[in-house]
Amino acid sequence: MKARVHVMLKAGVLDPQGEAVRHALGSLGFEGVDAVRQGKVIELDLTETDPAKAEAEVTRMCEALLANTVIERYDVELEAS
Amino acid sequence: MKAAVLVFPGSNCDRDLAVAFRQAGFEVDMVWHKETDLPSGVDVVGVPGGFSYGDYLRSGAIAARSPIISALRGHADRGGYAIGICNGFQVLTETGLLPGALMRNAGLKFICKPVALTVATAASDFTCRYQAGAEVVFPVAHHDGNYVVTDDTLAALRGEDRVAFRYAEDLNGSTDRIAGVLSENRRVLGLMPHPERAADAALGMSDGTALFAALASAGVTA
Repeated sequence: MKARVHVMLKAGVLDPQGEAVRHALGSLGFEGVDAVRQGKVIELDLTETDPAKAEAEVTRMCEALLANTVIERYDVELEAS
Repeated sequence: MKAAVLVFPGSNCDRDLAVAFRQAGFEVDMVWHKETDLPSGVDVVGVPGGFSYGDYLRSGAIAARSPIISALRGHADRGGYAIGICNGFQVLTETGLLPGALMRNAGLKFICKPVALTVATAASDFTCRYQAGAEVVFPVAHHDGNYVVTDDTLAALRGEDRVAFRYAEDLNGSTDRIAGVLSENRRVLGLMPHPERAADAALGMSDGTALFAALASAGVTA
């Protein structure tokens, strides 16, 4: 089964990179972009086939390494492969 | 006095740090990150600057999960001294030994220059040879030096006098211009500027010498 982890900066944590992207979009003539937040997507191929177990395991991975929970939050998305 | 300098793939200030320790009178061992134990009798562990693991995932994140880190954690738990400089500071925040996190500089640029710092507290075995409020100049060389903490943690750091150094002027967006912080027991210091690159008058700067000299006379084996 596949897992996709979305890691985003927590609300309230200033995202200088997202802000630079917003400026660049503005200078390209794209109007109406109020805010840009940049994060990352991490895809995992798992041998586990049980969704509940897979989610629990990936959550442990997020807490241990994939996200820095001081500044980041994460969401886990699973799909059968 | 004995110091251990940890070496990760991508560390590049490890030898500079060893030189600064030796000049202050330390015997120095270089310790590869795959080791699981520190050499016996180590008083101070140095976590050097550089780009451990190419800054993959987050700066310092992979290094903070290296085998040697549990030995470092044990050393710190026993009251041993540790100093993390630049990438080493990022590693120490990733391990949780120091609070907060280091994000991309607010101006998005890599900043590489000598900067003026204010010594925020002299009440530590790292900073006791400076006057609180004194200005020192150390070089910085970082892309991810923007120190971020929650309001609660910031209040604790201020209340417990745990901010060690501040940038004299805003440099990279760091909360409260924080350049370096101490652990609760004041024996673990992390800072983005490089005192080890300001520890030899022949190289132009020597304000860092006092930090290593202070540590050398602290003399407690964990």
